[in-house]
Amino acid sequence: MKVSILSLAVIAGLISTNLQANQAIEQLQESYRKTGATSFDALDGKALWYSEQNGRSCTSCHGSSPADVGKHWKTGKKIMPMSPSVNPKRLIKTAKIEKWFLRNCKWTLGRECSPQEKGDILQWLQQL
Amino acid sequence: MKNILKLLRWSAGITLLGCALLIGFYGLNASSIASGYKENHEEGEQRRNRFGLVSETSPVYQEECGSCHLAYPPGLLPAQSWTVMMSGLDNHFEENAELPEDTRLKILDYLDKHAAQAGDKVLRGSIDETLLRITELPYFVRKHDEIPEQRVKSNPGIGSFSNCDSCHQNAVQGDFDEDRITIPGYGRWDD
Repeated sequence: MKVSILSLAVIAGLISTNLQANQAIEQLQESYRKTGATSFDALDGKALWYSEQNGRSCTSCHGSSPADVGKHWKTGKKIMPMSPSVNPKRLIKTAKIEKWFLRNCKWTLGRECSPQEKGDILQWLQQL
Repeated sequence: MKNILKLLRWSAGITLLGCALLIGFYGLNASSIASGYKENHEEGEQRRNRFGLVSETSPVYQEECGSCHLAYPPGLLPAQSWTVMMSGLDNHFEENAELPEDTRLKILDYLDKHAAQAGDKVLRGSIDETLLRITELPYFVRKHDEIPEQRVKSNPGIGSFSNCDSCHQNAVQGDFDEDRITIPGYGRWDD
């Protein structure tokens, strides 16, 4: 009985944190729609995630899968998984998401990501 | 007469006791100076250790800078270096580390307040006031010259001299004490 209550609580906790991620992603995608993006495609997001520019890609730091622990390409510092289903602390704050998109798109692609691209990537990460 | 004597004895006793206590307190204070700790004179400033470092870090500094690398204790570089560093975050050692302006200013303020000051150990030797790499400080170079470079660079547990906390496990709290160094794969460092 105790175990089942505990597992229920854990499940409830997971659902609520995923809800937080869903809310933040929904809020951002809504703002991207206002700039002209219409619908978001997880597969496009995935393709962009794995695309390589001048030897750099998202995997340079995040590892081969967003569900795994990554490693900063230079400092070697551990980077916790990006997928909210594995790491419920991810993608829950809109400001934080935008800050990292700005930094990391510029480093990886040499430019900012478009609202469409950001929405696609979030769509993919959310589904993992 | 007896009363006067009694009074004299009392006051002599109190004076002696006072002197003993004073000497005691002076001794305590002196030993804390001898062990290398000093209070900073500026009011409200945190205690700095013998390397000129504060043990408390700022949450915003920890969050923004510490997510990619060790949040280096600010007392490891002079204020001028931090100012230059924080003005070029879009190309931060080949990395984009841009910050919203209010966050950038908050962090710069923290770094500036706790930066290395003239007379601090870490600034010994001739240094360029805008030096950006802690590992290029003459003090740093001298302190690490006994360690074979390959023991650090080819060591999967370290990789680079800039990963202070691989060996100085409490580096983030400004603790670089020589008695508390463990080199991954080699064990405790014995100077």
